Amino acid sequence: MSARRVVITGMGWVTPFGHDLETVWARLLAGESAIGPITKFDASTFATNFGGEVRGFDLARVMGGAAANHERAGEGVKFALAAASMAWRQAGLGDATGRLTADVNLSRMGVYMGSGEGPHDYDNFFAASLAAWREEGRAVDTVEWARLALDRMTAAREIEQEPNLSISHIARAFGCGGPAYNCMTACAASTQASGEAYEIIKRGDADLMFAGGEHSMLHILGMTGFIRLTAMSTRRDDYATASRPFSRTRDGFVMGEGAGVLVLEELDHALARGATPLAEVAGYGSTADAYRITDIQPEGKGAQKAMLAALRHAGIDPREPDGRGRAPVQYISAHGTGTPENDGIETAAVKGVFGPLADKACFCSLKSMTGHLIQAAGAVELIACVLAIRDGKIPPTINLDDPDPECDLDHVPNVARDLTDEGGVEVCLSNSFGFGGQNDTICVRRYRG
Amino acid sequence: MHRSVVITGLGVVSAAGIGADAFWRALESGRSAIGPIRAFDASGFPCRLGGEIDGADARPYVPKSYRKATKVMARDTELAVIAAQLAVADAGVATRGSGEASEAATGPDAPRLDPDRTGCQIGAGLLTAEINELTAALHTSRGENGFDVRKWGSAEGGGGAMDNLPPLWMLKYLPNMLACHVTIIHGAEGPSNTITCAEASGLLSLGESARVIERGDADACFSGGVESKINPVGLLRLTYEGRLAETGDATDSGEIVRPYDPDAPGGVPGEGGAIFLIEEGSKASVRGKGRAYARLAGFGAAHSGGPLFPGVFDGDPGDGFADSGIERAVRAALADAGITPGEVDAIVPGAFGVASCDRGERNALAAVFGARLAEIETITITPTVGLTAAGHGSLLAAAGALAIKHQRLPARRHGGTPHASMRVGPTDARDASLRTVLVCTPSLGGQVGAIVLTRHGETG
Repeated sequence: MSARRVVITGMGWVTPFGHDLETVWARLLAGESAIGPITKFDASTFATNFGGEVRGFDLARVMGGAAANHERAGEGVKFALAAASMAWRQAGLGDATGRLTADVNLSRMGVYMGSGEGPHDYDNFFAASLAAWREEGRAVDTVEWARLALDRMTAAREIEQEPNLSISHIARAFGCGGPAYNCMTACAASTQASGEAYEIIKRGDADLMFAGGEHSMLHILGMTGFIRLTAMSTRRDDYATASRPFSRTRDGFVMGEGAGVLVLEELDHALARGATPLAEVAGYGSTADAYRITDIQPEGKGAQKAMLAALRHAGIDPREPDGRGRAPVQYISAHGTGTPENDGIETAAVKGVFGPLADKACFCSLKSMTGHLIQAAGAVELIACVLAIRDGKIPPTINLDDPDPECDLDHVPNVARDLTDEGGVEVCLSNSFGFGGQNDTICVRRYRG
Repeated sequence: MHRSVVITGLGVVSAAGIGADAFWRALESGRSAIGPIRAFDASGFPCRLGGEIDGADARPYVPKSYRKATKVMARDTELAVIAAQLAVADAGVATRGSGEASEAATGPDAPRLDPDRTGCQIGAGLLTAEINELTAALHTSRGENGFDVRKWGSAEGGGGAMDNLPPLWMLKYLPNMLACHVTIIHGAEGPSNTITCAEASGLLSLGESARVIERGDADACFSGGVESKINPVGLLRLTYEGRLAETGDATDSGEIVRPYDPDAPGGVPGEGGAIFLIEEGSKASVRGKGRAYARLAGFGAAHSGGPLFPGVFDGDPGDGFADSGIERAVRAALADAGITPGEVDAIVPGAFGVASCDRGERNALAAVFGARLAEIETITITPTVGLTAAGHGSLLAAAGALAIKHQRLPARRHGGTPHASMRVGPTDARDASLRTVLVCTPSLGGQVGAIVLTRHGETG
């Protein structure tokens, strides 16, 4: 039996640039910034008061009447449902409402998401906690808290915060009965979910998978957590240029929100039903730094091992040029957060993997434009890789006028790169690294029969 | 070449005891660890009983140089760190951190796990921020109408109240911190994951760890799941999820949790879980077959249908499927192990004691096993330790692995009238020939995991 191959047959995203696949792609290639002042709550006194918000989103405009089934879902779950609906349609599985029209056994279709937690019901949670606070004992009176919480907080809001609810909603909206997982590996989660979904299909436990992630931490405690960690940019007076991966003047990441969902499918299954493979998932690697909770391993050893594992599974030697003398990977979608720590170490890791060919690959960061979509980032960046393969064009790293001498690879500064005349884009790597030392890399390449 | 996977180490942290032996002794004796919740005054909640772990402290279980880091561990993480060290010691292997713990250390002669070839897949839930720590900070942001978000911020015009939270506050509560601390302490640099599918998390993690080893990406994995729901927010969520009995002021724990009783009043909250060390069969064999608990011979996963809202599993198969997710997952696990339902000697099911979930589970098992279901021995743990959320599946697997190791069925508690189609009534522990044990559970949300454990050294 020959090894099962896995292809991507559908994609959808909800981003701070909008949620139409082509419109968002055009804005990424144009090098725009999606960053603006936070409007979802009063962040005026927050050290970081800006981010990449999803604006004008309405699930009903994507899913029609079916949106009513998910009315009380958290906002992130709605992003994921919309992205899944778009991927479902593009894959030719059915209509936007989730109705199946293809001849597919849905008990062989699973879901693997890297979705984040839903936000607290802040008004009621804070009110109950403060009303039950007893300053003399420096503690919450839990009897009073229970009374107030049970009175004010609702089952819907509480249940919908659980991190496995996005897969529950997706599985039920589209009728998927196969293996279903959610992973929370912080900023690496949706690269992880996509890679794990690929492994599940490859080994034969499913034929189709929804894979991706959703997240919004653009809420009070989400922003608070990162501000206290001093991980975010505080460039309050110049937010549009605040996300500066690889720049000497970078001062932290910029928060975004959204979702990305792909349909992964076993190749013969896709071809048999006449679906179009958009790209092939060629390999996946996951490692742990096992170093420190707060710091990245200084040589990026874990990141190197994740990239090497993905390349090994794809059968690619990173030191072997392609037929045109280029690096064997043309586009490396960087984790590229714009934190002082990440970008230099990630650059060193790419050099460690590709050696003399490192500066012959485009190594750039979507987060310069969209902000950091946290658990949704990896899936959105993977979709960008597939579109880069399709069009031969690579989105730039914007706000890169003053590069850090440590970040001296080809970061595609400010202007998108058109590689059509140089052989296009054949192979991409997408990196995602999470707090605590989680490293995930996925490799996609042009589908060839 | 097919690579087999065996359980070589087991670390249990449960209300019924710390360590696999203590957990097993509690299951054998039929003693329940459920009692009035003591961690905080729970008398404002409808359910005031729970399975609580006394004084679990990770410090003795980590290297001296790492003790400071326990300050940024939430309770769930501390429990996982303890369980992981116990698993390493139980397997009789060494890691870079295992010899420096003051509890459950392994000796210098123990064979060492290869960091590059050791992975970590641990199931977790949302870690609940300690309510006193958070509210103490919120209190400093109080305005005329309660919380004033402008006072919370620390930039110009703000009151800087958020600075009353420690800088690393958020890092304490990221769900992947269980796995991260375990990888750091033990130097596990291989494939890593954190699965958050409530009660199914532990079995899904075990299944994925087995697949990582089978496909050759690692030779050993830390695996399992841990969670604590014994806190006000956890109790509130479980209440709203329809999981809990109204206990009133009852103090007697023996009667309240009644799996597969159509009139069951609901479950009680618990905390804890189990971390396993699982290894590729030939590596484990080098240290002697006697050490291994069981072979992890089969795995299946699926999703159940059900109402679109709330997205909570209510026991019924969904539209469009003749079978439920539980049935599909169980059949997949049996097929993966290459065994028929007739070869299963015992089942360790979810057995929440929540009538609607139990009905769905019972129907699914009846569809797989037919009338024989009433003859198959069943191990239930919820009357002993309560509902441990992301720890649940791993504790079920621990019970199954221990039963195979001891070739014994633990005692079963039951205070009501179980459904006649299953063998779940009260009984004492007894010896039994157990070659094949099925472990399965659905989750809140409808995800299902199932694994098949077989006696190590047995074929098939």
